[in-house]
Amino acid sequence: MARPLSAHLKELEAESIYIFREIAAEFEKPVMLYSIGKDSAVLLHVALKAFYPSKLPFPLLHVDTTWKFREMIAFRDRLPEKLGVELLVHTNQEGLAQGINPFSAGSGRHTDIMKTEALKQALDKYQFDAAIGGARRDEERSRAKERVFSFRTATHQWDPKGQRPELWRLYNGRLETGQSIRAFPLSDWTETDIWDYIAAEDIDLVPLYFAKERPVVERHGQLLMVDDDRMPLEPGEKPMMKSVRFRTLGCYPLTAAMESEADTLDKVLAEMRGSRMSERQGRLIDHDQSASMERKKREGYF
Amino acid sequence: MSAVSQTESVLAADRDTLRVLFCGSVDDGKSTLIGRVLYETGCVFEDQLDVLERDSKSFGTTGGLDFSLLVDGLEAEREQKITIDVAYRYFSTDERHFIIVDSPGHHQYTRNMATGASRADVAVMLIDARKGVLEQTRRHAFIASLFGVSEIILAVNKMDLVDYDAATFFEIEADFARLGKELGIERFQAVPLSALDGANVVAPAPEKTPWYQGPALMDLLKTIEVQDRPVEAAFRFLVQWVNRPHLDFRGVSGMVVSGAVAVGDEVMVQPGDTRAKIARIVTQSGDLERAEAGDCPTLVFDREIDASRGDVIAHVETAPALADQFEAHILWMDEEPMFPGRPYVLKTGARSTKATVTDLKYRINVNTFEQQASKTLELNDIAVCTLSFDLAVPFDPYAEIKETGSFILIDRFTNRTVGVGLIKFALRRATNVHWQSLDVDKTTRAKQKDQKPLVLWFTGLSGSGKSTIANIVEKKLLARGRHTYLLDGDNVRHGLNRDLGFTDADRVENIRRVVEVSRLMVDAGLIVLCSFISPFKSERRMARELLGDGEFLEVFVDTPLEVCEARDVKGLYKKARAGQIANFTGISSPFERPEAPEIHLIGNGDDPEAEANKILDYLDSRA
Ligand SMILES: Nc1nc2c(ncn2[C@@H]2O[C@H](COP(=O)(O)OP(=O)(O)O)[C@@H](O)[C@H]2O)c(=O)[nH]1
Repeated sequence: MARPLSAHLKELEAESIYIFREIAAEFEKPVMLYSIGKDSAVLLHVALKAFYPSKLPFPLLHVDTTWKFREMIAFRDRLPEKLGVELLVHTNQEGLAQGINPFSAGSGRHTDIMKTEALKQALDKYQFDAAIGGARRDEERSRAKERVFSFRTATHQWDPKGQRPELWRLYNGRLETGQSIRAFPLSDWTETDIWDYIAAEDIDLVPLYFAKERPVVERHGQLLMVDDDRMPLEPGEKPMMKSVRFRTLGCYPLTAAMESEADTLDKVLAEMRGSRMSERQGRLIDHDQSASMERKKREGYF
Repeated sequence: MSAVSQTESVLAADRDTLRVLFCGSVDDGKSTLIGRVLYETGCVFEDQLDVLERDSKSFGTTGGLDFSLLVDGLEAEREQKITIDVAYRYFSTDERHFIIVDSPGHHQYTRNMATGASRADVAVMLIDARKGVLEQTRRHAFIASLFGVSEIILAVNKMDLVDYDAATFFEIEADFARLGKELGIERFQAVPLSALDGANVVAPAPEKTPWYQGPALMDLLKTIEVQDRPVEAAFRFLVQWVNRPHLDFRGVSGMVVSGAVAVGDEVMVQPGDTRAKIARIVTQSGDLERAEAGDCPTLVFDREIDASRGDVIAHVETAPALADQFEAHILWMDEEPMFPGRPYVLKTGARSTKATVTDLKYRINVNTFEQQASKTLELNDIAVCTLSFDLAVPFDPYAEIKETGSFILIDRFTNRTVGVGLIKFALRRATNVHWQSLDVDKTTRAKQKDQKPLVLWFTGLSGSGKSTIANIVEKKLLARGRHTYLLDGDNVRHGLNRDLGFTDADRVENIRRVVEVSRLMVDAGLIVLCSFISPFKSERRMARELLGDGEFLEVFVDTPLEVCEARDVKGLYKKARAGQIANFTGISSPFERPEAPEIHLIGNGDDPEAEANKILDYLDSRA
């Protein structure tokens, strides 16, 4: 059951709606990047509100690395019919042909080719001039300075010096030839806000966010789910059934699970309130250096 | 950093959001203070603490945990140990949600502080207790008051280094009070603290400051009342998007930026004075009876009316005035200076139009608040200017309603946001000077002369051969019985533009006047030949736009610099190279090449006769 929105969530929602409409009005060909996770779910929910009763004036784009959890893909494929949205799916076919995968290529190269490169391919293919994403400033230290409209060069590079000042709600959406933007309507939301909003608005999520018995192996001190038989097991490893849930969703070999009994939203929220860990904990890609996101961003990773 | 609140969700429903701007000069301890606030309010996660411990060992300067490392972001900045942009942090307590806007105080970065101030409810100004109120403090206070940050807190930091001396603190407080008076800051609160040892940051420290009875910084932030809430102001709705899913529904989607509106209210769409009643206030979660500041609904009217993006909807009785000439504060944000007379794209609310600064009245020294005469504005300059918009727009003075009183200026070539403005008031001049309507007009005059009036605009470096070619073209036209006039750069500078020099600002004004004169001559039915170096794209574009369609032909005499310099007919290049002439195009001032001239002459100006014939051929081909 949906609950009434607190003043705080109402304010966040309104700000995001305002940003969505500015994007729709100022750009010729926007697209919304849809990653199937909880932030995307909120992003989509707010977008639908921004244009109601009209349909979304832009399509959704999912960059499929082919290594997403199966439950994610099933959830994604139900969307168009359920919500009346247009969904585009893009996979880096060259990467696929080269057999790039998280095990042989390593997490960094896999992400680079199947996610970052793939996204650039898709943006070029459809000539989108604005890519809307669900990133938040509270996610990581280097994101704290990200603008709502983040300008990219023709080669999708993020240029720390070429960003435009954003005062009041006056977003400047004028592009130079070849330039495009990434836009972040949820910039001011925190992880707690996302969960509170999901609860208040009763937003449907991929079941992986809720605890269930799932087959996992323990590797380097983290629990990885064996989602299909492409996952090579190391000597001595044996999948075991554990009640786990995920705080963040991505490619299954790169996303750690946490042991939990929280199988409803309320239980997840209660568990979160007691938690002392930030959500990126579950993303294996962040573990090299604290400033690594910064480098990733400059290279064009979202 | 995500806040994990220990609160019951019942409480959560009523917490508001406070946007707090932190400003201080480098090394005042701002990062340390923000880091400590986050740490002591329990908003740092365990894994982040691990990183902090590790980083404190490798980069830290304080021995123990270096809280400043929690908030510094970009790699490069961290290496240089300075914060160079606006950063946002989020955390909550049982009382409130906080958005911390972290803006550096480095003197080049006035624009960053302004960015933060544009939406802040509270400004926390850091002062180093050992140094007291400095120039920077004056600048911070000035910007905060200009941008209308209503609450100000003075954080007197590093009290540990002055042994928590009461007299030092009270002296700083008194100094700031005097400064506040100059600026019309009515109230502020000062807190003596130490970001390093934590005194009066989150917990009060009576043992260290027994002479201070006020609250700790965090207690102040938790309880401070923001006086300036827009709900009580007049109703303003910015139309962002026309919502038309099918023929039976037409609404306008946007935001109520101030005041409130209810179903049945009579409203007015501006510009224009179309009136209608609100029939429905639509949201996806159901229709509303009333919407107020901060809401983003879709409005439906009781009749079919024309409202589009950029329009402002208001109550009939309290509708905003319309104007196209304003006096405003402008803060310049770009490396490329602002020149009066050059057109910029202007965005206010959801509307974009064109605007020109018509007069730069004075620049304000942000440290002394003195008014200074100036012809241009450089990065971080603040000035009072008059502007002329291409369109009459609904507006409010910034002091009354921020959203309808603010604008940004965008460069038409780079598309960068180059300046921001805050409207003081409208000048009514535009509406009072009516165009004299005349019986004999351009068409009749042109017909009498049996020609199509136009401007041939010769651009190119000094010595490229512009004037020689223009001269020959004029002679040939005359021989064909055409009515012409040649405006030449050098000649105009002896008369009409005698008062102008060669700075970038004067060059812009020089061209503006020439364009206006040419326009009158075209109106008189003449073929005008203008021979001006005119090095800037913006001004050539201005000329093109001011003249009618097809009345402006750009002739680019594209003789390379080496050739012009070798020729050096007037000996000017030699002087320029010797440093005797400042701002000489091609040497010490740029020449921006035309991108798509109608006529492009690449013969080095060696055979002016032939070049002139090419121009005549072009004119014949158009006839
Ligand atoms: N003694 C003392 N040192 C402080 C205090 N606050 C900050 N510092 C030190 O002042 C220096 C600059 O602090 P930082 O937070 O990086 O300043 P910022 O440039 O304003 O962000 C660092 O060495 C801090 O440890 C304080 O209250 N007392």
